[in-house]
Amino acid sequence: MSDLSGIRRGHSYYEATARDRISKLLDSNSFQELIGPAERIASPHLEPLGQPCSFNDGIIIGTGNLNGLPVLIASQEGGFMGGSVGEVHGAKLTGLLERAVDEKPAAVLLLLESGGVRLHEANAGLIAISEVIRALLTTRKSGIPVLGLIGGAYGCFGGMGIVARCCDALIINEEGRLGLSGPDVIETTMGVEEFDSTDRALVWRTVGGKHRYLLGEVQCLVEDDIEAFRAAAIEIIDKVQPLSLESLEQENLVLSQRLANYGHSQDGAEIWGAMGIADPQKLPLMDIPSFLKAVEGKVQGNL
Amino acid sequence: MEHLQFEFECSGNREDSQQATLSGVVSSGNLEVMLENADLNGLCRINVSTSAQGFGEIWQAVLNDFVARYNLANLQISINDGGATPAVVCLRLDQAMEEYLEIST
Amino acid sequence: MAIKKWDTQAENRRARLLRASSVCKGKIVPADRVTALFEEVIEPGDRVCLEGNNQKQADFLARCLAQVDPQRVYDLHMVQSVIALPSHIELFERGIAHKVDFSYSGPMGTRMAQLVADGKIKIGAIHTYLELFGRYFIDLTPKVSLIVAHSADRQGNLYTGPNTEDTPTIVEATAFKSGIVIAQVNQIVETLPRVDIPGDWIDYVTQAPTPHALEPLFTRDPAQISEIQILMAMMVIKGIYAKYDVNRLNHGVGFNAAAIELLLPTYAQSLGLKGKICRHWMLNPHPTLIPAIEAGFVESVYSPGSELGMEDYVSARPDVFFTGSDGSQRSNRAFSHAAGHYACDLFIGSSLQMDLQGNSSTVTLDRITGFGGAPNLGADARGRRHVSPTWLKAGREAQSGLSTTPRGRKLVVQIMETYREHMQPAFVERLDAWEMMEKTGMELPPIMVYGDDVSHIVTEEGIANLLLCRTEEERNDAIRGVAGYTPLGLGRSHSAVENLRDRGIVSRPEDLGVDHRMATRDLLAARTVKELVHWSGGLYQPPKSFRNW
Repeated sequence: MSDLSGIRRGHSYYEATARDRISKLLDSNSFQELIGPAERIASPHLEPLGQPCSFNDGIIIGTGNLNGLPVLIASQEGGFMGGSVGEVHGAKLTGLLERAVDEKPAAVLLLLESGGVRLHEANAGLIAISEVIRALLTTRKSGIPVLGLIGGAYGCFGGMGIVARCCDALIINEEGRLGLSGPDVIETTMGVEEFDSTDRALVWRTVGGKHRYLLGEVQCLVEDDIEAFRAAAIEIIDKVQPLSLESLEQENLVLSQRLANYGHSQDGAEIWGAMGIADPQKLPLMDIPSFLKAVEGKVQGNL
Repeated sequence: MEHLQFEFECSGNREDSQQATLSGVVSSGNLEVMLENADLNGLCRINVSTSAQGFGEIWQAVLNDFVARYNLANLQISINDGGATPAVVCLRLDQAMEEYLEIST
Repeated sequence: MAIKKWDTQAENRRARLLRASSVCKGKIVPADRVTALFEEVIEPGDRVCLEGNNQKQADFLARCLAQVDPQRVYDLHMVQSVIALPSHIELFERGIAHKVDFSYSGPMGTRMAQLVADGKIKIGAIHTYLELFGRYFIDLTPKVSLIVAHSADRQGNLYTGPNTEDTPTIVEATAFKSGIVIAQVNQIVETLPRVDIPGDWIDYVTQAPTPHALEPLFTRDPAQISEIQILMAMMVIKGIYAKYDVNRLNHGVGFNAAAIELLLPTYAQSLGLKGKICRHWMLNPHPTLIPAIEAGFVESVYSPGSELGMEDYVSARPDVFFTGSDGSQRSNRAFSHAAGHYACDLFIGSSLQMDLQGNSSTVTLDRITGFGGAPNLGADARGRRHVSPTWLKAGREAQSGLSTTPRGRKLVVQIMETYREHMQPAFVERLDAWEMMEKTGMELPPIMVYGDDVSHIVTEEGIANLLLCRTEEERNDAIRGVAGYTPLGLGRSHSAVENLRDRGIVSRPEDLGVDHRMATRDLLAARTVKELVHWSGGLYQPPKSFRNW
């Protein structure tokens, strides 16, 4: 019908709902939902504030297979309150990670899309984030890889940005964003001169998928295609190194070098230039294969 | 928030689906629709929780037409609505029903 | 008896230029002397044209004018296409100007309404672009015009670049009636890429400290197109464009139009419509038209303005767009709107409110927004004489069964979801325009498109073909028949609507063979701005506010 060859492939991860992402990421028909919508475990805090709730509180969790391997999976729905973490939402995520320690799946996949703590239930949400982090690290300690996938419209920010960086490995598309404070928050607190959040090219040079990949914070940069995320996840599970004191010390070393090398830089593109990449201004406009070729060998921390 | 309940006498039968189906996402101008089997003595019951107040009559009109299209008895429909327009409500209801009927057969 | 003098205006012009020689010698004025220049060449009570449409703005000259001494320069009568900048409003707040004739005031609509209520602005009239341009040559000829161009040379020749827009019209009206034309440019250069305005029509040129403002007004991010808009676009393509063989057309700006543009290479292509519809356009260079151009649907596009980021793409497609010998685009709003009115067979646009007569309006109560070009583009051209299959078919439908003199009809299509966001009904008993009229003392309600010009109404429920309606009652039933669950729609008689369906006056998607299950975002030729860039082969450079990479 249409000639979209070379323009679009597969199913956009960016556009998909949390539920669609799961069904296309896992082996077909393998997903079994835990605490599904029919159980109506929704947030009790939203109704008094005049906010509509969702039957799954913005997160879908369950079990399934990835390339025949048993996995646990969670998928945040950015469309519902920006994927924000409330009490129920956080408890589902913590529970899934604790279940992993008992069930010993081949991996836990976290499909992250969240602005962080849900302000409507801030205390419960903050506690939930710390519980998630504790459960995540316990899971990793018991030898189960935890992979984070990022690539939705709402990005991965706030407490969930911290959770993401606690994972063994992250997979991101170009559209994906990862950070602590979101662009609007930075502009509001630091002023528009410091950071213009409507300058979306600047936003992506600062928190976007390519920049996070170049800094070594994200291990895989893929096309915006659920199949590409799936292939990357399958490949990466085998490469995950166990959590150890040595690996933490190594990471600390990398981070302190990064601060020393780029701490004075004013812009993402300046860092890329300092990394020895030719024509750093051109990176944002490159497609993924050209980009990966252009930066080959320049990036630390990628698997 | 406003909570509305509608009940319709229906005569249509179908193969029983074991699974609830959920379509859509609760967000501004959007909604989620869950369909489940329920023993309702031939009724189709629809519960709506909506952030848009005062549109009961419009829901009634939209749901009258929807139920007339499918006429399925013993069906519980639950809706969480973030202020969707009738056009979007109709679309999500049809999508939910198509998915539900697919699983049922 | 005194001898009548016939050149007082020219004499007055010479006097002003003489006074100005105290401020600057020659045509080139330093930026910091512009306000002083204004105080010499502008006299109290002057009619002053300040260029700026909804794309480019003479923003530096506007700021300078707002800084003149109101003791020296006051009582001005502004004539301008658009009131868009804070400095435009400041002219009235500071008492420099008191009266305005304009066409559109989108962003400043709320402030305008307040200042009118406070008596600080007297509105001459709210025009369409063509009406205002017309009056520049009849009775609203500017004495001084403050215009904007991309660059100038030392002789005052101007290069407007792709955004030529209103400049030729304003300069023509002023320079040939003993007026004074002052231009701001981004740069003064030795040699221009091409001359858009001859230097002997220009009195003064200044290089502005910053490049002039340019809004990406016609960029619609495909990511925001909804499934409902896709469904309506499918109905338009199959139920109107294919049915009437529409080949010469104009699209209003908005997501509904963008959805249609993005379905041409997919849905229309699958219906075998390439080469049969949508070949010639009067349209700003919409980025969402790129896939249809690349897919070979579009043969030509003539534009009122340009669009930020589209410059290289347009230059690389001179077979499609109008470009100069230098390779860059030239636009012209006056010619485009004349073409849109007389040379196009179809206009499609959206509105905020429509009543049972099919009248539509974009007025909301606390804002004065004006008309822009839509009323001329969205009106049957009663003065048209040349025929086309589309025009004749529409005319036949409008006259079938009537013993009137045969003539053609333009297709004027209004497309809208029955409810806007926040459950605002698009179909209403009474337009807010009536209340606006009563509140502000207008003579007529500010209606954008009159119902008797509308041929089709498209909503998510279907299409109402008003050409086929023969009585007031039938029109009302047809409009109710696509008005969904709005109060007007709920007031329908089901049997009457079914009767209209049988006669093809009301068509549901299924009547048109449009499968609503196909109406997903996968049907869009581009779902993101990035996909538009890919379609353009990297030539389209979207403004930074539209990127997510």
